[in-house]
Amino acid sequence: MITYIIRRFLYALPLLMAVNVLTFVLFFVVNSPDDMARMQLGQKHVTEQAIQNWKHQHGYDLPLLWNGEQAGGKQLTDTIFYQKSVNLFLFDFGISDSGRNIGTDIRQRMWPSLALALPSLIVGLLVNITLALLMVLFRNTYVELGSSVLCVMLMSVSSLFYIIGGQFLIGKLLRLVPISGYDSGLAALKFLILPVIISVVAGIGAGARWYRTLFLEEVEKDYVRTARAKGLTETQVLFKHVLKNAMIPILTGVVVVLPLLFMGSLIMESFFSIPGLGSYTIDAINRQDFAIVRAMVFLGSVLYIAGLLLTDISYTLVDPRVRLS
Amino acid sequence: MIVLWTDGLIYLLVVTSVVFAWYLGRQQHMRRPLKKIAASPVAMASLTLLLCFALIGLADSIHFKDGDSRGNEAVSLLDVACDTMRKHGEKTYSAPFAVHGYAKETLALDDGSTRWDYPRLQYGGAHLADPETEWAGDVFDKTLSGFSRGAGLMLMVLLLAWGDQHERRRTLWRSASSKAVWATLFVVVSGSYTLFSLSEYYHVLGTDKVGEDVFYQTLKSIRTGLVIGSLTTLVMLPLAIVFGIMAGFFKGWVDDVIQFIYTTLNSIPSVLLIAASILMVQVYMTNHPENFNNLLVRADMRLLFLCLILGVTSWTGLCRLLRAETLKLREMEYVLAAQALGVKPAMILFRHILPNVMHIVLISVVLDFSSLVLAEAVLSYINIGVDPTTHSWGNMINSARLEMAREPVVWWSLTAAFVFMFALVLAANLFADSVRDAFDPRRAGN
Repeated sequence: MITYIIRRFLYALPLLMAVNVLTFVLFFVVNSPDDMARMQLGQKHVTEQAIQNWKHQHGYDLPLLWNGEQAGGKQLTDTIFYQKSVNLFLFDFGISDSGRNIGTDIRQRMWPSLALALPSLIVGLLVNITLALLMVLFRNTYVELGSSVLCVMLMSVSSLFYIIGGQFLIGKLLRLVPISGYDSGLAALKFLILPVIISVVAGIGAGARWYRTLFLEEVEKDYVRTARAKGLTETQVLFKHVLKNAMIPILTGVVVVLPLLFMGSLIMESFFSIPGLGSYTIDAINRQDFAIVRAMVFLGSVLYIAGLLLTDISYTLVDPRVRLS
Repeated sequence: MIVLWTDGLIYLLVVTSVVFAWYLGRQQHMRRPLKKIAASPVAMASLTLLLCFALIGLADSIHFKDGDSRGNEAVSLLDVACDTMRKHGEKTYSAPFAVHGYAKETLALDDGSTRWDYPRLQYGGAHLADPETEWAGDVFDKTLSGFSRGAGLMLMVLLLAWGDQHERRRTLWRSASSKAVWATLFVVVSGSYTLFSLSEYYHVLGTDKVGEDVFYQTLKSIRTGLVIGSLTTLVMLPLAIVFGIMAGFFKGWVDDVIQFIYTTLNSIPSVLLIAASILMVQVYMTNHPENFNNLLVRADMRLLFLCLILGVTSWTGLCRLLRAETLKLREMEYVLAAQALGVKPAMILFRHILPNVMHIVLISVVLDFSSLVLAEAVLSYINIGVDPTTHSWGNMINSARLEMAREPVVWWSLTAAFVFMFALVLAANLFADSVRDAFDPRRAGN
């Protein structure tokens, strides 16, 4: 088991390196730091001196890959690639283009993101699985037909409409909860209710359909027939046998996204002005702050790869049929 | 005639899909699923709706120089058809079918005094002398006459079809799916006839902040949605098919390399990758303004870039499916036989593997379409979508978002975008479902 995990871990390293090189190429080779400086400082009336100053201030005035002017190991370390990309491996995200420490920002903003994403995931999962089980229970009836049609319709609505509609209906017309904002501690609860509800509702269409197909696949199997032949009622079969067996794909599907919860949801957070990582990223994109976007790209990939790792491990834990190889 | 980059690619796409459809129709083993789709009323009705959307999108993809304008502004066929809507710009917001403006302003009366009241719109309901008494009747009359003309046209076509005495075609007309097609066509044709004839006199869906007709905006947005949904697949397909089949067939280091590439790409959150790439494109565009001097060309290039990037981020899923399927297929007897007979690998891939994974390609293309259309709206909201000057549902929603806070609420832009987007995505989803049911061998039994 341990060797397996170590091997998976070693496999993740080249992936991270590739991600790192890719972002490096995207951010520094396609466009030179001069271009970025000009973008930040404005197009017109910008002197060569101002560009040099900006580059020096943000540490972009080094050569890209190889510094011939330095001696020894400094030839490699005094470069943009080393300073800006390799340091990401140590989770040293550096200073953003507006001068703030990215690492501290991320540690601060991670928790609001999690406070929104975790309840949304759990409630969404419960709602979707319950609905899917009900749909399977009433299969081949008009209830199922109606609910499948409803699911397709729910799926066809853009998530933006759910957010705008929810904010308008619950926040503005009914005035039940504040439209947007955030507070520290337990006071945040009233700000979180609406986004959680909306993200659950927005996910029902796709989620319930997906779990329904999972359950339908299980329902066809032999052990289900045996259970029915034993005289168990349909509800007992579904909730005791089918649900348990379908838990394997459900669980592994959930484990993949667990680490990514830290990243938060981009649009939810920015609509409800929750100071999480999602809105942080959006702000960075809008301000064209390359350092933050680069850090978030790297962080996102690290978390995704961690998710893959966790999935593999959880497979082996949950499903005894899977052998490590 | 001006051919923009996306225009050219759309023509290419149309040609490709026609050739592909013709190829599918000729394949013996594809007949059964195709017949199954044709027999499903829901699938045929949604296909009809999709084709109507595609027709509008295609009309919007034929650009030529505007004859009567001085600049070198390009207009499309759709612009010509919607000439009145395009030119009937108001000053600012106005509600659907409104004759008065949205906000009060100081009006100068004939006798020199001024009054604080809602101004009459320049075009909306301008033909009415006394809006208070005539408005309701006029709207009713115009709607009825527009609808009856559209419906009359459709009824005539239906009558011709009904009069067709050919026996085989008669049974075709009587089938449930052809009834569904005719019903959809009837609704679409008479509905659009009504809306078009009404928009000569009113703004049927109101006007937006700068006074542009919202109905015109939604019609223009159709093309953007379709381009994003379909051109992306044009980028994605070659990558996914070539890499997926090669990884599955050759195994060994080829497989390792390809798996490594797609896991790497997959591990970067796609929104961030898109954001990063679009930022880079923006930097490139601001530093090379000479290549993008025309507003339309600039917006078009950005749309194309967006499709490219979306394609690059979304090919991995299909690639993985194709790899798994090829791994299964390469152990099949007919592939082994071909190998034993000394057929070259390239030939085996092309003749034995590719045709047998086509159903997966088809299913995933149709399934991806709707999610791409939805993604466009989200990306535009984060400002990494299409150019802000391009008409798109995402941009409409983005600007309408703040209007919900106004008093009275400006709901029409949002509603228009919602209705049209919902219709397109719902049709695409329903069609995708039946395509999947028909082509997926695991579901073939039921």
